[in-house]
Amino acid sequence: MAAKFDLNDDGVVVIVGSGAGGGTLGNELAQKGVKVVVLEAGPRVEMEEFVNNEWESFSQISWLDKRTTSGSWRVAKDFAGLPAWIVKAVGGSTIHWAGASLRFQEHEFKTRTHYGELAGANLLDWPITLAELEPYYAKAEYKMGVTGTNGIPRLPGNNNYKVLAAGAKALGYKEFHSGNMAINSQERDNRASCQQIGFCFQGCKSGAKWSTLMAEIPKGEDTGNLEVRSDAQVIKIEHDASGKVTGVLYGDKAGNVMRQKARVVAVAGNSIESPRLLLNSASTMFPDGLANSSGQVGRNYMRHTTGSVYAVFENPVHMYRGTTMAGIVRDEAKLDTSRGFAGGYEMETLSLGVPFMAAFLDPGAWGRGFTSALDGYDHMAGMWIVGEDMPRETNRISLHATEKDKFGMPIPNVHFDDHPNDVAMRNHAFKQGSALYDAVGATRTIHTPPYPSTHNMGTNRMSAKASDGVINKHGQAHDIKNLFVSDGSQFTTGAACNPTLTIVSLAIRQAEFIADQMGKREI
Amino acid sequence: MRTIDKRLKVTRRNFLKSGAAAAGVTALATGTVVIDPNGAWAMSAKTLKPDTMVTLVRMARDLYPHDRLGDIHYARAIEPYDAKAGADETLKRLIEEGISGLNQAAQAKHASPYAAVAEEGDRVALLKSMEATPFFQKIRGDMVVAVYNQPEVWTKLGYEGSSAEHGGYIHRGFDDIDWLKDA
Repeated sequence: MAAKFDLNDDGVVVIVGSGAGGGTLGNELAQKGVKVVVLEAGPRVEMEEFVNNEWESFSQISWLDKRTTSGSWRVAKDFAGLPAWIVKAVGGSTIHWAGASLRFQEHEFKTRTHYGELAGANLLDWPITLAELEPYYAKAEYKMGVTGTNGIPRLPGNNNYKVLAAGAKALGYKEFHSGNMAINSQERDNRASCQQIGFCFQGCKSGAKWSTLMAEIPKGEDTGNLEVRSDAQVIKIEHDASGKVTGVLYGDKAGNVMRQKARVVAVAGNSIESPRLLLNSASTMFPDGLANSSGQVGRNYMRHTTGSVYAVFENPVHMYRGTTMAGIVRDEAKLDTSRGFAGGYEMETLSLGVPFMAAFLDPGAWGRGFTSALDGYDHMAGMWIVGEDMPRETNRISLHATEKDKFGMPIPNVHFDDHPNDVAMRNHAFKQGSALYDAVGATRTIHTPPYPSTHNMGTNRMSAKASDGVINKHGQAHDIKNLFVSDGSQFTTGAACNPTLTIVSLAIRQAEFIADQMGKREI
Repeated sequence: MRTIDKRLKVTRRNFLKSGAAAAGVTALATGTVVIDPNGAWAMSAKTLKPDTMVTLVRMARDLYPHDRLGDIHYARAIEPYDAKAGADETLKRLIEEGISGLNQAAQAKHASPYAAVAEEGDRVALLKSMEATPFFQKIRGDMVVAVYNQPEVWTKLGYEGSSAEHGGYIHRGFDDIDWLKDA
């Protein structure tokens, strides 16, 4: 039975957001007997309601509240009001994610050490190591049922994967397979096996894909310790004279502003909303926003060096059939600066349906050069590039000077400029992607620029020293000990892999810490 | 491998709002727009001029030309503008003034309204010259959604759309590629 807590109950942990970080933290704490209220800005949309239709689904689950963009990144020109493609619903962006679950490599926790001083980059080593996170990665993989771990077979490769694999083999790549996916290849944990539906981004309709909506939240609710309040957008975190946080103000569906008291507040609204909330919670005591003595809240925004390569072949591929991202080539993820850039990238299968392919293949393009590619839609294969991008202080989320949302909260602006390292990496990946498909007979390859960001990271980063970042190695604010950050905004750097597994692992680890500190009356 | 029958079934849906049928590209004085020698479709316009609707359909095809798509698909993408313009004076002005500008440019260069300029390349050059205008950007941005968000267009392009109700592709060819030497 889901719990129901009183607004004045100051013994609860309030978690802002129900995605990979918030949803997992909520369940983990609930399992330990901690009382939790998760406040989710979006509605609760259940699996049966998801639709296999790209635009309809986009309207149903996306975060469409107004945002602005600035900077030289192409997204600011192509999708000025849509910097990020993330979800506003219970389950957060685990509704939309494709399931790729990769561990960071050891050096990716120590980028400042390994990459050195890169001009224009704000690199910093994480305050934790791979060895410290490994036990939690293992727990996360078990919890999520990641294929290729825990004896779980990998998913069967679809047509798009087969083209990728044939090309990878022809190029001499060694490490490619159908991925480490949090998508059931067989029934597990009361969730079905993958039906190869092909609409992973629109919310999995078979339940095969792990999400906090399908897995963590119902389990947490069953304990009687977890309440998920949907349509509840947190506007401000409040604190007392001692500087400890005391609760949050949130706007509900009817437009009323409510106050939920709290013993601990954990922020997990994704890397745009989390810093927005901390910045908007500025007070006389914390004039630059909560947890912001370092000035790093909102800064070091990362979104991965992405891009796609689509290839058209003489014969049909039907890439849209089956699991969207069950295919990966990992050879370029290694540390090898001889390529002319620091960091590495993954190549992962990706397909879009016709509606989104038209919107994203080459935004702004028109005429026969564009339509002839779409005429080859069913003969296309596609990959997505996921590379490590460089944190930069100037890439940041800030509060808009004048525009406010319906609750009077300033809307966020997302500023991003590619670092030269990002550009060099993307160009290398485009070249390798084309070479891979050319090796199996592509008649045309197309380099698609980054989509609105799905991997949003780094805006409340972890640091050993309080002057370098926002939170410590447990995600606890350096400045306020009962305030935590629990989403991808914790990332000190982004690594060459999809962030969800690491977010979940950090949440499991953080839950242990919070429960321990509550038990010791430290918080 | 399982391939797709890209032929469309003929249905009455090809008539949008009214049931008129005639030959050629015509804008009738009644406000009804009729196109297509096969009598495939017609629509009535209440707010925008019938000539404007005809020109918009021509423009939509020139923006996103697929020779395998009939005019009906471009007309469907354009049709909602009439009602939207009825409720939005700014949009109405943007469209009518934009089309008027396009026709003036066509008259100046080819002594013909845009929709009657014979060569696609000439029409594309006219569009190119106004690419930076809010009118062009509005129509292009809407068309890249509206043209490609039609299930019949998906069929023509070999995309099967919603699959969950068919049990996904697990028994319908998710891995049936048969031409790779080394898959």
